[in-house]
Amino acid sequence: MNPNFYVVLAAILFAVGIVGFLIRKNALVVFMSVELMLNASNLLLVTFSRVYGTLDGQAASFFVMVVAAAEVVVGLSIIVMIYRARQSANVDNENLLRY
Amino acid sequence: MTLLEGLTPAAPTGLFPLAWLLIAVPLVSAAILLLAGKAANSWGHYLGTLAPIVSFVVALALFADLLGRPEAQHAVSVPLYTWIATGSWSIGVGLLIDPLSILFALLITGVGSLIHVYSIGYMAHDPGRRRFFAYLNFFIAAMLTLVLADNYAVLFVGWEGVGLASYLLISFWQHKPTAATAGKKAFVVNRVGDLGLTMAIFTMLAMFGSSSFEAVNAGASKMSPAWVTLLGMLLLVGACGKSAQVPLQSWLLDAMEGPTPVSALIHAATMVTAGVYLVIRSHAIYAQTSAAALAVAIVGTVTLLAGAWIGTSKDDIKKVLAGSTMSQIGYMMLAAGIGPIAYPFAIFHLLTHGFFKANMFLGAGSVMHGMNDDVNMRHYGGLAKVMKITYYTFLMGYLAIIGTPFFSGFYSKDSIIEAAWEKQPVLGALALIAAGITAFYMTRLMFMTFWSSKRWAEGVHPHESPAVMWVPLVLLAIPSVIAGMVMNAWIAGWLAPAVGGEVPANPSWLPHLSLIGVVTLVVVIAGVGVAYLIFGRTSIPESVPFTRNVFTIIGRHDLYGDAFNEAVFMKPGEALTRGVVAVDSGVVDGAVRGSGALALGLGGGLRKLQNGYVRSYGLTMIVGVIVVALALIIGRLV
Repeated sequence: MNPNFYVVLAAILFAVGIVGFLIRKNALVVFMSVELMLNASNLLLVTFSRVYGTLDGQAASFFVMVVAAAEVVVGLSIIVMIYRARQSANVDNENLLRY
Repeated sequence: MTLLEGLTPAAPTGLFPLAWLLIAVPLVSAAILLLAGKAANSWGHYLGTLAPIVSFVVALALFADLLGRPEAQHAVSVPLYTWIATGSWSIGVGLLIDPLSILFALLITGVGSLIHVYSIGYMAHDPGRRRFFAYLNFFIAAMLTLVLADNYAVLFVGWEGVGLASYLLISFWQHKPTAATAGKKAFVVNRVGDLGLTMAIFTMLAMFGSSSFEAVNAGASKMSPAWVTLLGMLLLVGACGKSAQVPLQSWLLDAMEGPTPVSALIHAATMVTAGVYLVIRSHAIYAQTSAAALAVAIVGTVTLLAGAWIGTSKDDIKKVLAGSTMSQIGYMMLAAGIGPIAYPFAIFHLLTHGFFKANMFLGAGSVMHGMNDDVNMRHYGGLAKVMKITYYTFLMGYLAIIGTPFFSGFYSKDSIIEAAWEKQPVLGALALIAAGITAFYMTRLMFMTFWSSKRWAEGVHPHESPAVMWVPLVLLAIPSVIAGMVMNAWIAGWLAPAVGGEVPANPSWLPHLSLIGVVTLVVVIAGVGVAYLIFGRTSIPESVPFTRNVFTIIGRHDLYGDAFNEAVFMKPGEALTRGVVAVDSGVVDGAVRGSGALALGLGGGLRKLQNGYVRSYGLTMIVGVIVVALALIIGRLV
């Protein structure tokens, strides 16, 4: 099987994730961009798993999904708490740790 | 050269175990005077005077005991206690009483006692009299430690003690800036000499494992020539500092800022002769090295000429006597450098000089006492008629120092000139010339002070000093006259076993008549005659006359000794200090402050990265990842 399309798709997804992560201000969108990058890497894992005919990559992608799900639980709750406290989910406003 | 056998010290018997009293009595007295405070003001000077007299009596008793013994037992060692015992070294505190040290002890306590008595009168109106006597007592104790010690380490304790006493007493009138400076100068110059002595002691400890006279005397002959010469030179540096020999002479003239009894005791009779004592005590070392011995003789000759030169052109009566002291100690050093044959003469001259110079210094003090503490001889004149006792006692000292036949200085100085003439003709000739100069400047002093017409300032009424001052003068004038006759026949034989001198064939109290003796006498008469022609026939100007005479100008400036020190040591020292300060504030401080500023700037720059924007952290991370990835890829390709 030819993995080229999958790899290109994964690269596009990852680039979209990075750009979204860097330029968006809403914390929820930033979070979704991170998920996009994780999915891009998952796609690559599954693709090359198929290419080599082994299950290692697919097993790894499950781990990524589980970790991502756990991370979403923690991350979303933090975002919700911040929103409650400050009536805003703008990441640029959360700069209390600056110098 | 042959190494002459020294005496083997005998165990202490009879009175000798009590010899430590010599040192302890004045030391305790000094402590009492200093600690008792104002309560002792009324009686402190009597206690202070009693202490050296007690020491003198003890010294006399020990001397009598020694005289009664057979010659082989003339040295007695009195071990007291162990001072430092570490590793293979064991330095004990002990006293060595031998023919050499007992003579010193008698001179120090005897002349010292008389000067204490004199000081009662001289310092009568001084508010610090108790402190003065405390320092004098401390000096006596330290000086006795110096001469009675049986090893160089303990000798050094006394050596530093007399240096401290000298410093305290020179700057006794510390409210006068000149006195305070003079004390500091003496202290600093003496440190240079002390450096030589300490290095000599370290050398001895390294070479012999001991600094006792016995071990050093025994080991000197086994040393390599280079080391023994070095040791001799180091000891000479020490002797130069303490005895004001060229090139470390500059402090002695300034030391005259101290009270006159101090000048008499410390800077004429006793302390400044410690260098001569050191050289004679180290005779076993100088016996092994003709180079160092010659250096001693040359230093002595240079100093005896320099001192006499300074003496000819000073108007301050005490400075003339100080120059004369330098000159006479130069004679002693010359004798000490000539070799065993002249060792007894060095000590002989040291003793007679101790008498007549102390006599003259105290006489000068008596004159100052009558002249409202004026020291300028141009304001004196005609004092012979109003201060008869001072005049006649001073006259005895004068006749002794110029070497009038049958006076004490005649025997001792002529012996030195004669010995020098035989062994080192050049140095002997110079010593002979210096004898003429001595006669010249002392005659000048006599004319300016006692003989010529009155030049007293308004309101000055010279008068004879009280009995407490003139009695010591008389008691010192007597040995100034007779000490030569009494000791001439005896001293060489007495000292020979201790200092390795030679016993003359047929000792006699009569002067030894020789051609060089007659020549010396002629030179002395010529010196007196020239002084008479210059100062005796015309009146003496009251202000310093202008002169183009190069010799006079150089002499008035102390042979430019201070200018030399300033140009050669002080100025480069200051320049070095400034350089070091510049390096310190520029390079060292610059490096320290620079590293601080660097860290601060770096931190200031780095903290800008913590801007609080999540996206910039994210970008940093991504750039980092890309860099790492590129590195890995490029690494794989290469």
